[in-house]
Amino acid sequence: MVNSYLLQFAILFPLAFALILLVGGRRIPDPVTRIIAFFGVLYPALIAIWLWIAFDPGASGYDFVANVQTGLTDWVGISLKTGLNGIGLPLFVLSGVVGLAAGLHSLLTVREKVREFFILYLLMLGGLMGVFASIDLFFFYFFHELALIPTFLMIGLWGGRNRRYAAMKMTIYLTVGAMLSLVGLIALYVQSGAEAFNMIAVREAMAGQTLSEAAQNYTFALLLFGFGILVSIWPFHTWAPLGYGAAPTANAMLHSGVLKKFGLYGLVQIAAPMLPGGAEHWAYLLALLALGNVLVVGFITVDQSDLKQMIGYSSVMHMGYCFLGLACLSVVGVGGAVFLMFAHGLSVAILFLLADYVYRRTGTFDMNAMGGLARKTPLLATFFVTAMLASIGLPGPGLANFWGELTVFVGLWQWQSWMVVPAVFGVVISAIYGLRSMGKIFFGEETESFQKRQASLPVIRDLDFGEKVPAVILLAVLVFAGLWPRTLSDPLNEAVQSYYPDQRAETLATTQEQDEKIVYRGTLPGNE
Amino acid sequence: MDDLQYFKDAAASNEWSLIWPEISVGLLALSLLVVEMLVPKMKNRLVPMIAMIGLSVITVTLVLSWVGMGVSYGESFAGLLFQSGFGESMRLFFLLGGLFICFLGYVTLQGRAIPRVEFFHIVLVVTAALMLLAQSNHFVMIFITLETVTIGFYILVSYFRNQPISLEAGLKYLILGGLSTGLLLFGIALLYGAAGNPQLAGATAEGLNLQALRAFLLNHGDHTLAVAGMLLVLFGIAFKVAVFPFQIWVPDVYQGAPTAVTAFLGVCSKAAGFALMIILVTRTFNVETMTSITVPLLSLMAIFSLLYGNLTALTQQNTKRLMGLSGISHAGFLLAGVVAAVHVDWAVWAVVFYLFSYMFSSFAVFGVMAFVEGKNPGEGEELIDYTGLYQRSPFLGTVLGIGLGSLAGIPPLVGFIGKALVFIALFQAGLYVLLLVGALSVAISIFYYFGWMRTAFFGDGPDTEKDYPAIEVPLPKRVPLAIIAGITVFLGFIQVPLAAVLGL
Repeated sequence: MVNSYLLQFAILFPLAFALILLVGGRRIPDPVTRIIAFFGVLYPALIAIWLWIAFDPGASGYDFVANVQTGLTDWVGISLKTGLNGIGLPLFVLSGVVGLAAGLHSLLTVREKVREFFILYLLMLGGLMGVFASIDLFFFYFFHELALIPTFLMIGLWGGRNRRYAAMKMTIYLTVGAMLSLVGLIALYVQSGAEAFNMIAVREAMAGQTLSEAAQNYTFALLLFGFGILVSIWPFHTWAPLGYGAAPTANAMLHSGVLKKFGLYGLVQIAAPMLPGGAEHWAYLLALLALGNVLVVGFITVDQSDLKQMIGYSSVMHMGYCFLGLACLSVVGVGGAVFLMFAHGLSVAILFLLADYVYRRTGTFDMNAMGGLARKTPLLATFFVTAMLASIGLPGPGLANFWGELTVFVGLWQWQSWMVVPAVFGVVISAIYGLRSMGKIFFGEETESFQKRQASLPVIRDLDFGEKVPAVILLAVLVFAGLWPRTLSDPLNEAVQSYYPDQRAETLATTQEQDEKIVYRGTLPGNE
Repeated sequence: MDDLQYFKDAAASNEWSLIWPEISVGLLALSLLVVEMLVPKMKNRLVPMIAMIGLSVITVTLVLSWVGMGVSYGESFAGLLFQSGFGESMRLFFLLGGLFICFLGYVTLQGRAIPRVEFFHIVLVVTAALMLLAQSNHFVMIFITLETVTIGFYILVSYFRNQPISLEAGLKYLILGGLSTGLLLFGIALLYGAAGNPQLAGATAEGLNLQALRAFLLNHGDHTLAVAGMLLVLFGIAFKVAVFPFQIWVPDVYQGAPTAVTAFLGVCSKAAGFALMIILVTRTFNVETMTSITVPLLSLMAIFSLLYGNLTALTQQNTKRLMGLSGISHAGFLLAGVVAAVHVDWAVWAVVFYLFSYMFSSFAVFGVMAFVEGKNPGEGEELIDYTGLYQRSPFLGTVLGIGLGSLAGIPPLVGFIGKALVFIALFQAGLYVLLLVGALSVAISIFYYFGWMRTAFFGDGPDTEKDYPAIEVPLPKRVPLAIIAGITVFLGFIQVPLAAVLGL
């Protein structure tokens, strides 16, 4: 009971603190603003970690369930129903942790319009905590938009070069995607005939009946393309690298790391299990588009010389793996996709963070104008190499990404074996750009332009304490999840198994017992 | 029945206590004239104060009376009025609207050599008429209240009589308003004639009473005269709410009218039209033979309003015209909700919710416009005049951002809830094309609403060199704006208060 209040507080605290800053106005002195903001980002993270430990779903699959009437229940069955299940938990933890790290980073670095920055940041964080804690579909969407709007403003106000164009382009793309998914959610709700607009009620209503094939197909298409645009599915991805490139660091971390997972989460949690026929119908096309993310965007990534753009593109590329896992529609594939979402969220957040550190030292994002930084900043280099290896998906420090990608590949193998080949080739592409970026920034000799520029730059030092903290937080959670994945994968597995009656895997399992073992191991990587 | 008995029966159903809010508003309007005579020196400050305080008291009393006595339901005044939860919520709507218009008028008129008292007097009279309009149940009542409103607006639109642009707007509104009145009246006559035709079974002499008319239409909904009458009546109202293709007067009139009047016109006049639409389309003309005409026709008008309003607003540089054009697209949303309400019962409340949300968010924007504009005609009305507004006045910038965001329909603001409710209603009514056009038009509207916000927040107008002065808003004048903005945000999160009012 207490825990379900805590879940609501995780949403409420950032919003309430944002309100305090808003109402307080300019009377609040700068240090006080920072202290308020500090607690605003700290509480959700602590609550998220506590709920991670305490998580114990009952028969319904949801834990910490609570319901607040907001006044629309009688008409359309909308109420603020919150709770976590095995799919929501990893992402809820993710938003808490990334929110804390990005918040700490901004606390130490933002100098201009501090109050406004943290109002928007806390709004965004509150929205993010709400997205993954909402059982109600309406509020699920509501919180996503709540987190999205500050993004536009933050890019417009604190962004780097090209920020206005980027903010506008993102706004248009994401509004279109959001509107499509809203229409899709409404279509799903109304057609299901459920009493309440929440995931549990709609799922139960859908279980009792089957929609016609045509209705399933177009409803799923609305959700797929609506959510897909929000996750930057190829070829609707062009807003993402541009937006991240222009966004302030904390914003890029939160958006690419957490907010973008909204669309995937919606597909995994809502669209695919509730509309199995529609999912089956679109799965092949989805997989092809996802391969477009992996290969086409992958090659574009290799060509980037701007560090931030490169990370942005690589983030788009890795979404392809999540889509591939989802397209399998099997326990292994979807489980892998969610685990990869978690791991990727952490690794891309670290990379954006480190890119900012690099920029602070070199005064540029252009990787061709750096070099040899490792000698002056060995610690930064170590962090960067670790994070990059994790992002590529190599086993080692980034075990979590490795588990995710591996299980996606296993799921893919069971479904469309040939797709494993281009998908694995994508890992090679990641390795190419990942290693090249390491080499260009940290190793080799300093380029001439870098040497010239150093005269006008402050002396390059290694990471200070304040810089280490956010990076260490993110890396610690990533390593922990990689070494001991079952704290997340056990509940995840349970939830996914109940949502994806695994027909493909079952047929395999009846013919070959061996395969069942692979299925099991694939989903629970920590279970050996 | 002999005539005397008839009038006796009619008089017996006059329950004056039922319309005490309208009577009070009317008396308040008269008392303003008395105050002007008694204390001519202080009238400029006293009259707006009395108007606002009086309206606030009436509003609070109305809400308290609901809590204490509940809501009466049924006909009164010999079928002229029909009390219902819908009528009560619209009463509240128009009271709140009138209240804020008085505040805006106070701001707009300040420092101008223009008579004050008449403005507030007319606003109050129009408000009372609007409140009666929403409860009317009889074409005579509808026509009289609507004409009271329209004539009030003829005066208000051209209130700045020393400015040609205001007079021009008044003239345009007068001509097109006269045309719409003509259409409406002709339609009423046709309906009355058809219903009173003794050769048709079920003919009634009470053809102006909406219930009696509906009983007749149940049998003769496909009668040519009745259909023609219905169409003319709807077209007449379509002028008032400015939906395509009857929107042509909007930009000029909105631009020329004083800002407070533009807000009055854009919110309350529009709401009055939609109250009528609800009464007529969903409660009177909702017989199968007629809905087969109204649903496709009004859907089409809604689709074109959505597209026309949004596409023309894209390139608009004048904020008043922009509000007018974007108002056309909001009218499209509301009309879509009305169409949905033909088949989905609760959709009426979606429309009313949308009206409330539109009122709060529009007033936030109009409130800011009243502070930014200058005293000369057209001064401070262009988009570039909003350059860096957030830096010049953080308060006004924030309120503007909230208002525009809510109009654009982004969470967590109340405008989003309104749009989402209309969307759900549309889907339940099976109007998929309308739904998709609505969703698309939200995406288009983001462009110009955010363009305005961008100018105000990021200050990248076309003329960034010019130095724009800071705007100081004194504390007492901040309060109403802050309340409106606060409501817009609050209702986005928690809809309980408004839902309680609407669930009457």
